[in-house]
Amino acid sequence: MRRDRTLVLVGAVLAGVLVGGAFIPQWAMFIVTIAFAQGLVALGLMLLLRAGLVSFGQALYYCLGAYAAGALGRFVGVADIFVQMLAGALVAGFAAFVLGFLLAKYRGIFFGLLSLALSMILYGLLVKNEALGSTDGFNILPSTLFGIRPGPQWVRYAVMASAAVVSFLLALIVHRYLRTPLGRLAPAIKDNEIRVEYMGASARYAVHVKYVIAAVLAGVGGALAATTVGHIDPEMAFWTTSGEFIFITILAGTGNVIAPFAGALIYGAIRTTAYDLSPNTWQLSLGTALLLIIVFLPEGLWSLFKRHARHP
Amino acid sequence: MPVILDARGLCKNFGAVTAAAEVSAAIEKDSVVGLIGTNGAGKTTFINMITGYIKPDQGTIEYEGRDITRLPPRDITRLGICRSFQIPQLYPSLTVYENMLVGLGIVLRNARLAGFFHRREADVPGYGRPAHEVAEHLLDRFGLGDYRNRNAQVLPGGARKLLDIALTMVAKPRILLLDEPTSGVSAQEKFGIMQMVLDAVRAEGATVLFVEHDMEVVSRFAQRVLAFYDGRIIADAPPQAALADENVRRYVSGGHA
Repeated sequence: MRRDRTLVLVGAVLAGVLVGGAFIPQWAMFIVTIAFAQGLVALGLMLLLRAGLVSFGQALYYCLGAYAAGALGRFVGVADIFVQMLAGALVAGFAAFVLGFLLAKYRGIFFGLLSLALSMILYGLLVKNEALGSTDGFNILPSTLFGIRPGPQWVRYAVMASAAVVSFLLALIVHRYLRTPLGRLAPAIKDNEIRVEYMGASARYAVHVKYVIAAVLAGVGGALAATTVGHIDPEMAFWTTSGEFIFITILAGTGNVIAPFAGALIYGAIRTTAYDLSPNTWQLSLGTALLLIIVFLPEGLWSLFKRHARHP
Repeated sequence: MPVILDARGLCKNFGAVTAAAEVSAAIEKDSVVGLIGTNGAGKTTFINMITGYIKPDQGTIEYEGRDITRLPPRDITRLGICRSFQIPQLYPSLTVYENMLVGLGIVLRNARLAGFFHRREADVPGYGRPAHEVAEHLLDRFGLGDYRNRNAQVLPGGARKLLDIALTMVAKPRILLLDEPTSGVSAQEKFGIMQMVLDAVRAEGATVLFVEHDMEVVSRFAQRVLAFYDGRIIADAPPQAALADENVRRYVSGGHA
């Protein structure tokens, strides 16, 4: 049997982050952790994109995850990273399960705009909600890990390591899912739904499942971002946030579960560099980068890897 | 032979157009039935009603004694009634082989033999071997082995038709409905394709209904002919008798039987 290179690669990345991560500066740990958070959202978007669906509103679940984590600290006093991520996953997953009954009926631009509309409704609700801090949002309690509060110099590392472990597990689950018949159905749904139905499968069910998985991933990502940044506000549900996730997904490509995380890291690097070089026109540099990717690597950065792998 | 499919009094109107008016037919198990008629006569509507694509306004369809009139296409497919299409419905961005694997994956999933927690590749029901072997077997059977790694998008017309039919075969259908299996295929290829399909069907054991415009193909392969005109069945007989029928000559075959 052929060895699965992805498993080896995912394991290597985890080991690299856990060991090497201890020696990088604090600001770099922050960027890596945010890359994990955004990578999780992009991983979910990748699942949908493989089935031909673009969600312009994935920030909905990112924001729900973040507020679930925040509310846990604010109202219950729990700040454990893993509990926060679990809460984010459950809240986002449940919301997607309910909304999925509506969204799974739609395709193409209707799916995209409906998902956008839903995320903007959440944005509107949060802005009007004084108890949750309105437009200012609120601060998150300092993170704990299994009830222990790491020392100040170890907090960032602890959060980053937790992010790496959880991302590793979720990436493996998605990797496995992609090889199940339901996972393999994605390109078939994109190509020809009539044929899918006439072979005895429900395209709507498959889309619903993918939508819930994507939301769970986004919810975990949101909780992770919340605890990393230490602050949440309604901007997390704003459409520009969804746009960032689509940017990362296209940048990365849909070829492999590692791609979204690599894409998120590269996005963070481009953005940070662009901001550093020209704080007023950083969007211009980001736009140029995306343009170049779309023109020269239409299947995303991952296609560089794939070509290399095919012709060793 | 026992009746496997029983359509009774099917009616369907699209506005002022009558696509089916009191269509009734009992199809016997393991028979090969040809559906003939001019365009708009109601042949495809009949197939669409059986496969759940459109619901009849009146009438019932029973499959082995079970009412399937209101079931959605996927449930009817799961029961063993599978169809091909006049315009082949493939997964164009996937290779021929991947097309087959998607179909076999669905079959395994519906039989609860594949999923997230299944460790090993299970045998496909009815074939007794794993999906990749069944895919190869069916591709060989339909003469598609050479196209294995080609994208479905770039297949020649005859191969597209065959792949469409091969896709309907993965679930081991009990009833196979073929909508114009030889349309868009060169005259030389027609008989070859029909022969190949019927050989495959006989090997797997299934009842076949096929829509066909070529009367030579019909008389050679069908055991029974249903002639449609204006939403009605105007003749229901063995090919020789049906094609000699006066109404059929006037409304369907245009005089050459």
